[in-house]
Amino acid sequence: MENLFTNLAGSLRAALESTGLPAILTDTSMTMVKLTAILVFILLNALWLVYMERKVAGYIQFRPGPNRVGPKGLLQTTADIGKLMSKEVVIPKQADKVLFLLAPALVFAPPLMVFAVVPFGENMAAIDMNIGLFYFLAVASLSTVIFWMAGWSSNNKYSLLGGMRVVAQMVSYELPLVLSILGVVMITGTLNISEIVRSQQGIWFIFAQPLAFLIFFIAGVAECNRAPFDLAEGESELVAGPFTEYSGMGFAMFFLAEYASALVISFMCAILFLGGWLAPFGMTFIPGWIWMFLKVYLVMFLIMWIRWTYPRIRVDQLMGFGWKVLVPLSLANIFVTGLVMKIFKMLGW
Amino acid sequence: MVSLSAAAFWLLALTILGAALLVVMSKNIVHSVLWLIVVFLGIAGVFLMLGAKFLAAIQILVYAGAVCIMVVFGVMLTQREDMSKSNIFNKRMLTAAPVVGLLLVVSGTLAFKSVDKAPVNGGSVPTNTVEAIGELLLSKYVVPFEVAAILLLVALIGAVFLSMEVKPDADND
Repeated sequence: MENLFTNLAGSLRAALESTGLPAILTDTSMTMVKLTAILVFILLNALWLVYMERKVAGYIQFRPGPNRVGPKGLLQTTADIGKLMSKEVVIPKQADKVLFLLAPALVFAPPLMVFAVVPFGENMAAIDMNIGLFYFLAVASLSTVIFWMAGWSSNNKYSLLGGMRVVAQMVSYELPLVLSILGVVMITGTLNISEIVRSQQGIWFIFAQPLAFLIFFIAGVAECNRAPFDLAEGESELVAGPFTEYSGMGFAMFFLAEYASALVISFMCAILFLGGWLAPFGMTFIPGWIWMFLKVYLVMFLIMWIRWTYPRIRVDQLMGFGWKVLVPLSLANIFVTGLVMKIFKMLGW
Repeated sequence: MVSLSAAAFWLLALTILGAALLVVMSKNIVHSVLWLIVVFLGIAGVFLMLGAKFLAAIQILVYAGAVCIMVVFGVMLTQREDMSKSNIFNKRMLTAAPVVGLLLVVSGTLAFKSVDKAPVNGGSVPTNTVEAIGELLLSKYVVPFEVAAILLLVALIGAVFLSMEVKPDADND
């Protein structure tokens, strides 16, 4: 069980090699298969997460949530997707048509690209990159401009305001996100994601770096524009911000991309701070990839819990919190981490 | 393999040059910024082909992710009535042509002269460049590194000062 997926990949590779294909074709088709598997994984999870979110919201607000379509309302999201697909795509007359249509097509790309380096278990990363963590930060930073593209090209004042808010918020919260990871990088001395997980054998970094975890989690929630940081959408003030003018599948793409980036943040939390695929209390009879999945869903549930129990914060509070609380705290975390490491070295640990 | 990487290189080069031309030619400054992002991503691709993964990631994070966002802020703060004429053109060919020509000649000769100083092919690329870059930055190039840091700090303080709220009861003389 532990090596189910690695064995599958290995036998597929062996089958391809036995057909006498050139090495480069084998590698390319293996990568394609892995990336397709990741795409299917993300889409299935996004489908499930939309349903889970509505159920969680239902229980928190003391109502049943979706329960009509299919058993326990499980087919609700499928029905919604069907509805969205059959809807007309409305393009505003004054919109920048190319950019308007390009934005929802591109918005899914950054989270998908990040998943290329995410290890789903031991040796289960599609591409085990040396600088995986840095790649995650670089690619994730590309989402900002796509949201802004959507907001600007709609040629609508609410969209433009929402787009500007997205840019301001994502740029501000990227700083604490990066700085909080630095503590982990300092301890492990590597940017390779799998190596970071392996160095948590002794202690999970949530215990060694609790402050960094908190900052990373908050900044991560802000990065994927989820409540209480969903000022960019702000239904009651900005009528969904950058997405105001989108209808049908265009809107659905933004919706799915939001869940995909929330999934990315959950995976990163699990990998960097919760020990990734490592089993707690030596419970290794459950395979590593299931542990990984459980941890990811724990973080995901936490994100949903916060969304449905906290009110949205004000835009000036958002900026003040990012720049005056999170950034100084993460800098202090780096300083303390360096100091403690130096002391430990002097003590000869 | 060689032909494949050559094809990739020419594809990237074409993308970069085409997008760079479009940056200059677009009448709408927002389109210029977006094409600029394509240029930066293409350059990151060239870095990747050279085996410099860290530099490629830096290129995406700093240039495509941050610098272009700053341009976006600039665009938004200076918005015009008609965005389709926001990238202004003029007709000063007579002054522009010699300056551009001179620039081309100078950079061309410099590039030509440095061919034998920087080996274009041969030699294996180290797989882990991060440590080497970090060590160089904090030993050999520590002074430029610190100067750049101070420059950014000054810019930061300047920006904070400029955007400080003016109190209504402050004496404006």
